[in-house]
Parts: sequence; structure tokens; C-alpha cells
Amino acid sequence: MKPYLREKTSFSFAEVPSDTSFEAGYLVSKNAGWRSIRPVIDIEKCVGCMQCYLYCPDGVISIENNKAVIDYDFCKGCGICKKICKINAIEMEAEKK
Amino acid sequence: MSVTANNLCRDEFFYGHKACAGCGGSLAVRNALKVLGKNAVAVLPAGCMSAVGFNFPQLCFANNAIISTFAGTASMLTGIEAGFRARGIKDFTAVGFAGDGGTADIGIQALSGAIDRNDNILYICYDNEAYMNTGIQKSGLTPFGAKTTTTPAGKNIHGNIRPKKNMFEIAAAHNIPYAATATVGYMTDFLNKVEKASKIKGTKYIHVIAPCPTGWGIPVSDTVEISREIVDCGLWYLAEYENGEFTLDHDPKEFTSVSDHLKKQGRFRHLTDEDIQIIIQSRDAKWEKIRRDWRK
Ligand SMILES: Cc1ncc(C[n+]2csc(CCOP(=O)(O)OP(=O)(O)O)c2C)c(N)n1
Ligand code: SF4
Ligand SMILES: [Mg+2]
Repeated sequence: MKPYLREKTSFSFAEVPSDTSFEAGYLVSKNAGWRSIRPVIDIEKCVGCMQCYLYCPDGVISIENNKAVIDYDFCKGCGICKKICKINAIEMEAEKK
Repeated sequence: MSVTANNLCRDEFFYGHKACAGCGGSLAVRNALKVLGKNAVAVLPAGCMSAVGFNFPQLCFANNAIISTFAGTASMLTGIEAGFRARGIKDFTAVGFAGDGGTADIGIQALSGAIDRNDNILYICYDNEAYMNTGIQKSGLTPFGAKTTTTPAGKNIHGNIRPKKNMFEIAAAHNIPYAATATVGYMTDFLNKVEKASKIKGTKYIHVIAPCPTGWGIPVSDTVEISREIVDCGLWYLAEYENGEFTLDHDPKEFTSVSDHLKKQGRFRHLTDEDIQIIIQSRDAKWEKIRRDWRK
């Protein structure tokens, strides 16, 4: 379970709910464009210790097959994961223009 | 069983939000919800976490979540808890995530009332030590010496002239069933406190330090490091209050340098050696009392 991107992303004024309730976890935009640097995981080095997953403010790191995987659609490139990784399996690389 | 990264729920309940990169508040909210699960009903007053979580149609909570008035976190939690109970729903947690301003200043009356009634709610204050969402104004939880837009650092006055309110002990002074302090830097400590609180009936208060890179003047990558250091240098402590007793959870053998810690943060960079001495003295006075009076 996790909020996810929807197909319908814009609403006319008449469609905007007049009370305060709407579907939970409804995403219409990514955060990828915020990044100037991106974390890149060295899969050979990663031991799946989950510290980057635990400390990511955006929750974009998951552990699959004992390796960290990043959802680049929502990573903002803060670099907390790189700092937290004790074995230096994460490098920050410049985003290409 | 204690909460670890490994057994933490894999679902994400706070995702796609628009918090600044490296935001400590969003880290606290994200992980607390992973502990409480999908039946958490979250209340977020005016403040960064509501501002970044609800931008229709971008709605970043997967669980039920609602914005309250700035002052009304605790009273809305009271109403939600009563409403769910009236409908016969038992498996839920009414949890609030309010900022330091929303807690120690404008929301303190509603919180005090809820604790007084012992409503069955969990109130989490994510403390970034200023009114961040409106552009860094001083709150009652801004520490001595910090520069904010309303406590500028000048030649004569060096930032905030007042000490930080002690919200943890204010909550405890109500004889609350459970209160605790934490920091996002020691995440499993925080999450185990959330887990413990969720199993206690009555009002629970958790105060978690959650650095704001924007307001503190630190690199966005340093949030976790700074929020560990604040405990290591003794300017914050990890403690609990339960059954009328305070317990210190972590007693550092030796404190790391307060000066080094403060100088890494833009909001403290103007401080003189004398200012830092004042901060160290108040730290030492506090720890003397803690070590004398609290259980270890
Ligand atoms: C009654 C009222 N007064 C003022 C505001 C404006 N306001 C919105 S967010 C905010 C700052 C909140 O600060 P804090 O509670 O510390 O949370 P943070 O933004 O730092 O996360 C203020 C003053 C408001 N929304 N309602
Ligand atoms: S201003 Fe601070 S508290 Fe608000 S979203 Fe940005 S980092 Fe988080
Ligand atoms: Mg604040």
C-alpha cells in the first residue's frame, strides 16, 4: 500500500469536492524534477542493511532481493542515504540536463 | 518484539509529499505511520506537514488524514476518537502530528484539555524549533541563541533571548499516562516509543526533534547526523515518563562538542564564545537534575 500516480490529474472547478474529503493517496505529480544530484546504489557493495530505507524522508527506497532500490520518480536527491550508508555503497551523481 | 528496520511495515503511508529535501518532520511522520499502520487516523494542523501533504489533488497520505485548525490538533483528535468509538470501531489509532508552534504555543490549551480528560489519543510533536511553514519565526520551542526572522542576530542581541519551553515535562506535569522524547536521528528509539504509546490507553505525548534544513541552515543531507549530534552533545535527551516517574533512556558518558554542533548550523553561526558558554552551563544544570532525579 502506498500513494500512487493517477491517470486523471486535472480537475475542473465543478469536480473539486466541496467538502473536505477525497480519495487517500492520490498523486498527480512526481518530485523527480527537484533533484540536481541523484543517489546511485552500487549493487555489488549493498548488503541490504536497510539503513537508507529507514532514514529516507520520502520513503523512496525499498529493499528488493536484499538490495536497496530507489524510486527516482519521487527521490528529491537529499543525500541522507549516501551519508547513512556505512559501507559507501551509495554515490551521488550529477543529474544530466 | 521491538521495532527494527527489518520488521517495520513495508507500506508507505506518506509518499509523494512536497516537503523540502531532507525534511526531518516528514521523516518522523512517514515512519510513525509505518508503525501505526493503515488504521491510523492522522490529524495535521496548519504547519509544514499539512502544507506538504495535502495539495489537492496531490494527497499524500494513504491512510485517513485530515487538516485541523492550527490550535485544534488535540481537540480534533478527541472528536475523532469519540466518533469512531460511537460507531463501534475499535481497531484504530487517533494520532496527531503537530509542529512546535502548533504544540507549545497555539495548541497547548487543547492539548492540556485532552490530557486532562485522558482522551485515548496519541499526540506527536515534531519539533523543528520554529514556525517553519510561514518562513522561520520564533516559537516557544526555539532554543536560546537561535536566529529566526523574528529573533534576528544583531550586534546587541544574538538571536533568541529566551530558553526553549520544556514541553515534555509540561505534558508529564499533567500526570499523563505516557510521555517521551525522541529524535529522528535515533529512529528505532523513536519508533519503539510510538509502538509502546500505541498500546497504552489514555493520552500519550511524544516529542520528537525533527531538523528543518531550511530553517536551521544545514545541508539537506545532514538532517540525521545533526539530530544524532543534538543528543550526543547533551542539548537534547532521550527520556520517558510513565506511572509518575521519569526515566532517562540514554546517558552519554561524555558529551561531544556543543560548539562544533552549533557552528554547523546557520541559525547559530553568529553566537559568541560567551553565548555558547551560557548554553553549556544550562545544559550542565539540566543534566545535573536529570541524573539526580530520574531513573536510569
Ligand atoms: C490560527 C492560525 N494562525 C496562523 C496561521 C498561519 N500558520 C500556518 S502554518 C504556521 C506555522 C506552523 O509552525 P509549526 O507549528 O512549528 O509547524 P512547522 O510549519 O514548523 O512544521 C502558521 C503560523 C494559521 N494557519 N492559523
Ligand atoms: S520548511 Fe523545514 S519543516 Fe517545512 S517542509 Fe521544508 S524542511 Fe520540512
Ligand atoms: Mg515548527
